[in-house]
Amino acid sequence: MSQLNLHLKVWRQNAGQPGHFQDIDAPDIPDHASFLEMMDIVNERLIAKGEEPVAFDHDCREGICGMCSMQINGVPHGPEKATTTCQLHMRKFRSGDTIWVEPFRARAFPVLKDLVVDRSAFDRIQQAGGFITVRTGAPQDANALPIGKEVADAAMDAAECIGCGACVAACKNASAMLFVSAKAGQLNLLPQGKPEKDRRTLGMVRQMDKEGFGNCTNQYECEAACPKEISVRWITKLNRDYAIAAVKEAFGNAPKAGGGGD
Amino acid sequence: MSLDSHIPSGPMAMKWSKHKQDSKLINPKNKRKFTVLVVGSGLAGSSAAATLSELGYKVKCFCFQDSARRAHSIAAQGGINAAKNYQNDGDSVHRLFYDTVKGGDFRARESNVHRLAEVSVNIIDQCVAQGVPFAREYGGMLANRSFGGAQVSRTFYARGQTGQQLLLGAYSALNKEIAAGGVQMYPRTEMLDVVTVDGHAKGIVTRNLVTGKIEAHAGDAVLLCTGDYGNVFYLSTNAMGCNVTATWRAHKKGAFFANPCYTQIHPTCIPVSGDYQSKLTLMSESLRNDGRIWVPKKAADIGKPPAQIAESDRDYILERKYPSFGNLAPRDISSRAAKEACDEGRGVGPGGRGVYLDFAEAIQQFGQKTIAERYGNLFAMYEKITGEDGYKQPMRIYPAVHYTMGGLWVDYNLMSNLPGLHVLGEANFSDHGANRLGASALMQGLADGYFVIPTTIANYLVHQKPGSVTAEHPEFKKAVEDCTAQTKRFLNIKGKRSVDSFHRELGLLIWDKCGMARDKAGLEEALQRIPALREEFWNNVTVPGSGDLTNPELEKAGRVADFMEFGELLCRDALHREESCGGHFRTEHQYPDGEAKRDDENFSYAAAWEYTGDVSKPALNKEQLTFEEVHLAVRSYK
Ligand SMILES: Cc1cc2nc3c(=O)[nH]c(=O)nc-3n(C[C@H](O)[C@H](O)[C@H](O)COP(=O)(O)OP(=O)(O)OC[C@H]3O[C@@H](n4cnc5c(N)ncnc54)[C@H](O)[C@@H]3O)c2cc1C
Ligand code: SF4
Ligand code: FES
Repeated sequence: MSQLNLHLKVWRQNAGQPGHFQDIDAPDIPDHASFLEMMDIVNERLIAKGEEPVAFDHDCREGICGMCSMQINGVPHGPEKATTTCQLHMRKFRSGDTIWVEPFRARAFPVLKDLVVDRSAFDRIQQAGGFITVRTGAPQDANALPIGKEVADAAMDAAECIGCGACVAACKNASAMLFVSAKAGQLNLLPQGKPEKDRRTLGMVRQMDKEGFGNCTNQYECEAACPKEISVRWITKLNRDYAIAAVKEAFGNAPKAGGGGD
Repeated sequence: MSLDSHIPSGPMAMKWSKHKQDSKLINPKNKRKFTVLVVGSGLAGSSAAATLSELGYKVKCFCFQDSARRAHSIAAQGGINAAKNYQNDGDSVHRLFYDTVKGGDFRARESNVHRLAEVSVNIIDQCVAQGVPFAREYGGMLANRSFGGAQVSRTFYARGQTGQQLLLGAYSALNKEIAAGGVQMYPRTEMLDVVTVDGHAKGIVTRNLVTGKIEAHAGDAVLLCTGDYGNVFYLSTNAMGCNVTATWRAHKKGAFFANPCYTQIHPTCIPVSGDYQSKLTLMSESLRNDGRIWVPKKAADIGKPPAQIAESDRDYILERKYPSFGNLAPRDISSRAAKEACDEGRGVGPGGRGVYLDFAEAIQQFGQKTIAERYGNLFAMYEKITGEDGYKQPMRIYPAVHYTMGGLWVDYNLMSNLPGLHVLGEANFSDHGANRLGASALMQGLADGYFVIPTTIANYLVHQKPGSVTAEHPEFKKAVEDCTAQTKRFLNIKGKRSVDSFHRELGLLIWDKCGMARDKAGLEEALQRIPALREEFWNNVTVPGSGDLTNPELEKAGRVADFMEFGELLCRDALHREESCGGHFRTEHQYPDGEAKRDDENFSYAAAWEYTGDVSKPALNKEQLTFEEVHLAVRSYK
């Protein structure tokens, strides 16, 4: 194991106030530590000096809960492909490096403190139709509805999204299309999800617009930043689903968009 | 105090049906007047909140993460059991029940386990209807695999992320109800206390983790679905935020804590690499199907590159000790074998706490491609964390804390001894006895939330006048004041040591004295040292920042303060249980072959600890366990 001497430029901010970069020296960082463990070490040193540690979001630290964020050297989740910040390890850096650490930047993700942002817009998008209306206890036997392996596997590809928001942070328009298309796509593809497909699509897309996410202009930075390698093909599918639902709605034969349904 | 588990009468297989028949109903108009507070949004909490709202109750749901979807259930990998018998390999409700009671080393309540096995089949139906993308066969039917040494294939899975997919299903049901107005969701909100009025749980106190505001919420019943306490060991496979706060504060308000010493250690985790380590990562134990576990025979060889250690100088510990099960020996046995080898100075890797998991032979036999197809994602994960290539050199693994079977005591209705306080999922003690089988925790969380509590809660609520207590009640004011005072106290200590440094010290101590193997002397030592450490914590911790903003250090301080008290109870329970069973291994109580030696005559009970006002002097209550259906037997894996 070797030690790295790093220099950090870390974003510090309190909610509603302007922020700034703080210069922090980070000597003697073990290269086996994860990026968040490096931040832990930095924070312990700040505390020892009587300063306030850097706030950041994290929980599982194994790349699945989607809680960690951070823009590292300008890239959401940092330089390693298909890797969340919590799974990124310091051996990917060199001694002497300067590392810029910022929150995910997007209008729809306001900063709460330092590197912590508010991603509740994602929850509201899901509440606007990201479900199948089925009561507990009512369903038929699970194998009464065969679903081809190809369809099931494709739905699973979309379902891998961890809702982290890196796609939004990577996009120069701060569009949420990759996330929304993965969420809607999983359910729209499955036979169980078909009855509510139009209503779901319209509801989720309109909520996304309401939340202040930008438009998708097909730059595909999102796919490159996504730790779960969600494909932009889902965006194509969502555009198609939306067009169909909107046309049906215009001709008055689609259910009203959005949320609801008990 | 006597503990009445309210087990319905009648034959085992009929108890749940009978209980459903006998359970009270609340008329739909009245349901709307009841408010249920659900703390936690994991599998247990989300499924309960969604279903209760569907039934017409008003629900408030709380979690400390920024979204309900991020509860720790998200991290489960392997799968979920259900007695569907889709494979026609002889599975049945009875067999799943039997396996779970036996796997729990005869320390679980039979009637609860039977109900769990019964509703397991409904869970799969429910999840599929929600769009959970389980793995399927080409014919379109659901796929299954055998898991954790089970003799039937009853485990359903979704590409190594079963937990995420099940939780997203429950989260979608929750979202449906939030949209419909039945559930009010409070993310980034931590519960700090339970409020009791006239001996009933009637509310909670929370802290808003963004604004710091401490608030009271009144309800007609409280459901704790707050997961496990494994982080008392500091290092575990749990998420960083997992805590004992909710259940511990409830305990201090009168709820009994049962069997805290039943903790599960998982054998295939990535070892600790240094003292900066913040958590441990589990790798699916399916790796043991093809990997061989060994250490050097001679301690002198531990520094050598593994390839340079001759076959004759290797000790395949599990194959040697358990010839018939070999590398597939159960979790507790495999974990202890690894510990023993390391204790003998034969451990490999940093700090000498690791054993090799070697795929060389499997790669030679099946080719690297086949091994990659089977475990590619795990090899990639291993590489990410260790920087080592598991195809080229053996992986290193070491056991880690993974699951806690203990929890708040509950009766058959999932209600604690504190009326109104219900406990679901991993937070309760009821279904897994002294050891949990693989793929059974996800099953229990969803069983409790979707199928049990929606029926049983009415048995409590029917006797309550809805909305009879409001947050204006003096008990709420007092609880808010207490929590506010504690926050101020943390900020005012201004000592020299960080919260993490205390947590780490506590965790190491408990891991050392009350981890994979325990003995009287070690436990007594821990019981001396924990109160001293706790005292130092309260005098010398430093919590920077303020109480009215996002302040992660303050959150951690509250959790560690509770671990400091709870850790003592954990050790005390382990000391009092003079037997070995499941995950609780007392070195004084073992058979010559190292298998756990139960003492059914004296310890066939659930130990339900009661808070007496002094953390160091809890009172012991016992729920005697009887085994009508599954006959007591010694587990043997030779
Ligand atoms: C790495 C790993 C892999 C696993 N794999 C499997 C597997 O393959 N199969 C299996 O069956 N089991 C597995 N398990 C176990 C299983 O995941 C858990 O037992 C189960 O998910 C617990 O669900 P829960 O709903 O009880 O709690 P959790 O999912 O832990 O949810 C707890 C909830 O409570 C909230 N909470 C906690 N404290 C507070 C507080 N003070 N205030 C407010 N909110 C609070 C949290 O925010 C969260 O929403 C695994 C566990 C781990 C660690
Ligand atoms: S699509 Fe990818 S980047 Fe976007 S939220 Fe999902 S996992 Fe994160
Ligand atoms: S902390 Fe959970 S994905 Fe990074």
